[in-house]
Amino acid sequence: MKVNVIVKPKEAVLDPQGNAVRDAMRHLGMPEVRSVRIGKYMEINVEGEDADLEKRLHRLCRDLLSNPVIEDYELVKANGARKTSQIKKKQK
Amino acid sequence: MKFAVIQFPGSNCDQDCVSGINSIEGLQADYVWHKETSLRDYDAIVLPGGFAYGDYLRCGAIARFSPIMKAVISDAHGGKLVLGTCNGFQVLCEAGLLPGALVRNRSLRFVCEMVTLRVEVPDSPFTHGCSEGTLLRMPIAHGEGCYFADDKTLHELNHNRQVIMCYADDRGRIVPEANPNGSIENIAGICNREGNVLGLMPHPDRASDVRLGSADGAKIFRSMMETIVAQHARAA
Repeated sequence: MKVNVIVKPKEAVLDPQGNAVRDAMRHLGMPEVRSVRIGKYMEINVEGEDADLEKRLHRLCRDLLSNPVIEDYELVKANGARKTSQIKKKQK
Repeated sequence: MKFAVIQFPGSNCDQDCVSGINSIEGLQADYVWHKETSLRDYDAIVLPGGFAYGDYLRCGAIARFSPIMKAVISDAHGGKLVLGTCNGFQVLCEAGLLPGALVRNRSLRFVCEMVTLRVEVPDSPFTHGCSEGTLLRMPIAHGEGCYFADDKTLHELNHNRQVIMCYADDRGRIVPEANPNGSIENIAGICNREGNVLGLMPHPDRASDVRLGSADGAKIFRSMMETIVAQHARAA
């Protein structure tokens, strides 16, 4: 199974890197840019494919791949199904 | 009295810590490799600065899973004094021993300079002997030292007197100009609810001798020693 994990800074967390890129984009002739947030993108290749594996992956997303204090993550299966820490919270 | 200084692959202030601790009469520091699993023989634990595991993923994110961390966490829960400086602070946050997180400096620059710190809590195990408002001079050297906590956590930290030190100007005022990295409320060091775990972005280890420009860092180690002596006296 191939999964992609996207980790991004929570809204409340200042992202100075994103701000610097936003400013650069504006300077390069795109004043329309409102904001840029910079995160991480990981491509993960896992042997097997079942619900338990996915559950364990989510656990590692929370414990290792992201820091829930400052980041949200999104786990995207290669077939396109998305599960995010953000959406999960909203559904509750 | 024995202090353990944990060595992760990528730690680079371990020697500073050992040397700073050993310069205090009555203290002896040992290096403890991160693959070890017990800290039973030690009275206190120090997590030094550096770039454990190259700071890959996030600072401290991988180090928190080192074998020794199980012992650090269980000893911390048992009440042993644990000090994390710089990268050690980041590891303690990632390990969940301290609330909040340390993120990229607001300036995006690596800052390496001497700073002034105001002691906010004079009766903590780490600042014993300092009066409230005491100013300490210590160096900082970090790229990710901007302390962040959500509003609820910040409220709890203030309410429970867990903010031990703040960045201040030469007159002891907590002002934005004295904030080297964008930390909320100029926070430089916090402890856990129980008070026995301290995370500090500045380096007491690099300020343990006047020849280094300041000996104020030695006050932290000495305070830890005095706290442990007092604990032993109470237990006896």
